[in-house]
Amino acid sequence: MDWKSEWKKWVWIVAAFLACFYLPVGNARFDHALLEAAHLVKWYAREHVLLCLIPAFFIAGAIGVFVSQTAVLKYLGPKANKWVAYGVASVSGSILAVCSCTILPLFTGIYRMGAGLGPACAFLYSGPAINVLAMIMTARILGPELGLARAIGAVVFSGVVGYAMQLLFRREEVAKIAASIRMPDDQDGRPLWQTALYFASMVLILVFANFGKPQSSEGVWAALYRLKWVLTSVCAAGLGVMLVAWIKMRMWKVGLVAAVTALTALATGGNPLAAFTVGALGLAWLTATDKGEGGSWFESSWTFAKQILPLLLIGVVVAGFLLGRVGQEGAIPSEWVARAVGGNSLRANFLASFAGAFMYFATLTEVPIIQGLMGAGMGKGPALALLLAGPALSLPSMLVINSVLGLKKTATFVSLVVMLATVTGYVFGRGC
Amino acid sequence: MKKIQVLGTGCPKCKTLMANAEAAVEAAGIEATIEKVDQIADIMKLGVMITPALAVDGEVKSVGKVLSADEIKKFLA
Repeated sequence: MDWKSEWKKWVWIVAAFLACFYLPVGNARFDHALLEAAHLVKWYAREHVLLCLIPAFFIAGAIGVFVSQTAVLKYLGPKANKWVAYGVASVSGSILAVCSCTILPLFTGIYRMGAGLGPACAFLYSGPAINVLAMIMTARILGPELGLARAIGAVVFSGVVGYAMQLLFRREEVAKIAASIRMPDDQDGRPLWQTALYFASMVLILVFANFGKPQSSEGVWAALYRLKWVLTSVCAAGLGVMLVAWIKMRMWKVGLVAAVTALTALATGGNPLAAFTVGALGLAWLTATDKGEGGSWFESSWTFAKQILPLLLIGVVVAGFLLGRVGQEGAIPSEWVARAVGGNSLRANFLASFAGAFMYFATLTEVPIIQGLMGAGMGKGPALALLLAGPALSLPSMLVINSVLGLKKTATFVSLVVMLATVTGYVFGRGC
Repeated sequence: MKKIQVLGTGCPKCKTLMANAEAAVEAAGIEATIEKVDQIADIMKLGVMITPALAVDGEVKSVGKVLSADEIKKFLA
């Protein structure tokens, strides 16, 4: 027997055996934590998948297909105006694709061929931090207040971090790579207002379908709440018209989907969930069977769904097991959480940003984890600090940044993000 | 003998492009080498910022797109 190659398997088997042998089944805390994980998964599946995640996937997919990346890069090239470059870099994270393997070449390109260190760092921060899916999920699950604070915080942050990097390292000149930048062909001939309207209809569907019940029963919000399904349908009808007119889908197909959706609504006595599901399935059918842009739209949305759903499921189960639902305890005692990141002390905010910077959050999993932490007693300030420092940085991404920027600049970038997140969390926590 | 380079840091899209390039070479029935360029510094030298990208004989043909095997075949003619 070749022990040199077998010993690893042996260790695994022994470890698995010991884990089973001492499996704490019957221990009240362990059993309860398992139940909590199951409850949390069910709650996510019921409350967040149909109305929120599915439209969000379609929107994220559409951004990848219908918004031209070339337009963004024009403002980050070597001749770009510095202020414009910062502005564009700070918001472009929401427009460009969200995986880190897309961000890193772009970052290196902006740094070595384009607008320089400042805008490149702004872009590096905003890329993973400001993504549409994450913003939508944060606002939906952690509340509109935190969602908005996260969105604004992330945009402002990236500008500040980028500019600070530029100031700190203004003496250092990098040897620019002389290669001319190869832009993707810009085949997007649609006028801006059409693209804008098209996206507006989708975002409004998402907003109205998830419109929360306001506290008072009078006023504008309450009126909007009563009409929410009517408004959702109007937006959906508008989207259908645009699909035929601009995306060149077959009229009979779009009409068929609209008719089946309307019939479902009537047949189920106005059950919005059923009609919404049928409509979403219809849209999937329309786009999947389309040969042109519609087809790429479906492919891009499907890629997002495939990439994100399994990670999110694992994230929710782990968060449910460790932390439990709001008001319930999981495997980790609430006091520990409350002691570390409860309240709104500077220490709690720093701990949250520091942990967030090194921890790796798979796309969107930060949301259930923070929800669990908040349920266990985390303050709002530290929650925002974690949201701002978390997704933008992780140990693996630091290693790659290090290979491009060198240790000194990487360390500065990380400390800037952690410091800013701490201060912002602290200020936000005091304000509410 | 053509030299095809697939530029990308290793995400699923780059792997799809690699597979399509292999299929295209097979379909075209020509002699070609396919090389994977996954170091950021090397990708930059070709002036590419958006991956996946495809270069034939050192000339970048497409950026930021997963080309189908048929589309790649056109560059090999």
